[in-house]
Amino acid sequence: MKITEKPLETERMVLNFGPHHPSTHGTLRIIMELDGETVVKATPEIGYLHSGFEKLGEDLDFNQYITITDRMNYLSPLCNNVAYALVAEKLMDIEVTKRTRYIRVLLSELSRIADHILNIGMLAVDLGALTSFLYGFRLREDIYDLFEMATGTRLTTSYTLVGGLMRDLPEGYGKEVNRVLVETDKIVNDIETLLNKNRIWQDRTKEIGVISKEDAISYGLSGPMARASGIDWDLRVKEPYSSYEDFDFDVVIALNGDVFDRYLVRTEEIRQSMKICRQALEKMPSGDVIIDPGLGYSLPPKDEVYNSIEGLIYHFEVTMPNRGMMPPVGEAYVPTESPNGELGFYLVSDGTRTPYRVRTRPPSLMNYSIFSKLIEGHMLSDAPAIIGSINVIAGELDR
Amino acid sequence: MPLAKTFSFIKDKFPESVYDVTESSGEQIFHIRSEVVRDVLEIFKEKGFNFLADITAIDNLTLGGFERYAVVYHLLSHDSLERVTVKAYVAEDKPSIPSVEKLWKTADWQEREIYDLFGITFDGHPNMVRIMNPDDFTGHPLRKDYPRLGNKERDDYPVIKPAFKRK
Repeated sequence: MKITEKPLETERMVLNFGPHHPSTHGTLRIIMELDGETVVKATPEIGYLHSGFEKLGEDLDFNQYITITDRMNYLSPLCNNVAYALVAEKLMDIEVTKRTRYIRVLLSELSRIADHILNIGMLAVDLGALTSFLYGFRLREDIYDLFEMATGTRLTTSYTLVGGLMRDLPEGYGKEVNRVLVETDKIVNDIETLLNKNRIWQDRTKEIGVISKEDAISYGLSGPMARASGIDWDLRVKEPYSSYEDFDFDVVIALNGDVFDRYLVRTEEIRQSMKICRQALEKMPSGDVIIDPGLGYSLPPKDEVYNSIEGLIYHFEVTMPNRGMMPPVGEAYVPTESPNGELGFYLVSDGTRTPYRVRTRPPSLMNYSIFSKLIEGHMLSDAPAIIGSINVIAGELDR
Repeated sequence: MPLAKTFSFIKDKFPESVYDVTESSGEQIFHIRSEVVRDVLEIFKEKGFNFLADITAIDNLTLGGFERYAVVYHLLSHDSLERVTVKAYVAEDKPSIPSVEKLWKTADWQEREIYDLFGITFDGHPNMVRIMNPDDFTGHPLRKDYPRLGNKERDDYPVIKPAFKRK
């Protein structure tokens, strides 16, 4: 029988990926055009979690909006709290105390560990490696217990105030943090042992979703995404805020820009964050965690509000609509290094108690915008790997 | 100072299109007309501001400014660690502004977001459709004349009459 040289005819298929696919971690929808199993074209559709946070901010005063920032990146809410407090303080020209800054650094770095460890675990579980996910999730529980000790809640922390913090750290907090850091070290080592030289892991992640340096800058990528593509850019070092200049740590860079390198950058950043946490605990200064309430910019301590008439009167004065915190007319933009990248808040004030405009510069939006370029030409099964390595948080993406 | 030099270079090149240079909270803000925004940002890009950190817009309805809308660009230089804010003012009737998507790819989604929430169209953008709200949505929520509070202010909102009787 003669074998004809006729190619196998296929037709393109349109696949609706999400919004409730297990690997989309929230509500992402991607419309993919497939040729066999190869993705020819991908169109991400976002906005499923759009909740109008920026519009809400125009009706809430500066301390009230901090509760909204929790809901943006819900994996590391403390970083959002700190970023928003910093921009309000810059607008009002407030200098916070040294202890406040150190506690903010300590808790931001703990959130960074929790965020990265969850991201690595999620990336692994999407590719079929369940063990490292469970290791990571257990550690995240420990870190969330630390948040609960300090702030009273696990997820919606709302810990910062304009001009300081809601409360001081509890007694014996350093000891608990050190215990968790020892645990972290073990778990990160375990995860690396499981994954780094794993043949399947390497096949699934190496040379998948490669981002060049030029693309990273053009698409506005920041954080681990940019650093995995060889861009030496960390806002904690380049534009230090909240006393980051006092700490000694390294900026982690990888050169290939693929999923594997983004995983490596995140793992090493956990170690650097642990270093910062230990230094923060060692050098923790004593003092108040809120600026003098007499300046008219901060809420008085809760003890005084509940137990003295002067405190109660003062609390009313600050929170009443026609008086209290009145920032000057102007605007401010503060970029911070959140676990996902440059998290910036842009405040415009017209001199009233609520901001005129609150803009969040969400790192997830910029990081996710490169997705359709990355997936084109790859197999469908690489989509979870790429989404996982971008670490898209839908709450922050859609706001 | 290289930043001041860049400012004066642009002022010489487009004398009618530069409104003002101001400072707020230590940030330099460069106010321009919307028609020249692409050329101005191209000059900034050549002068080392390689990273477009953020694009957003402000509705100056009650704040005051040179025009009704301002599109705000936050630029960053990775080499000199400087930041600069460029504000391009857009008129109220038929608000539109040139797109910078050709200069930075990140402008693609952010300009769509501004179109969705403020109703400012970007000329030369490859795909000017809504991004956050559904395609059949009417109105632009972040405009200051779009009400924030419930069903009294919004005339197109159906007012539901309660079926029960209050005591």
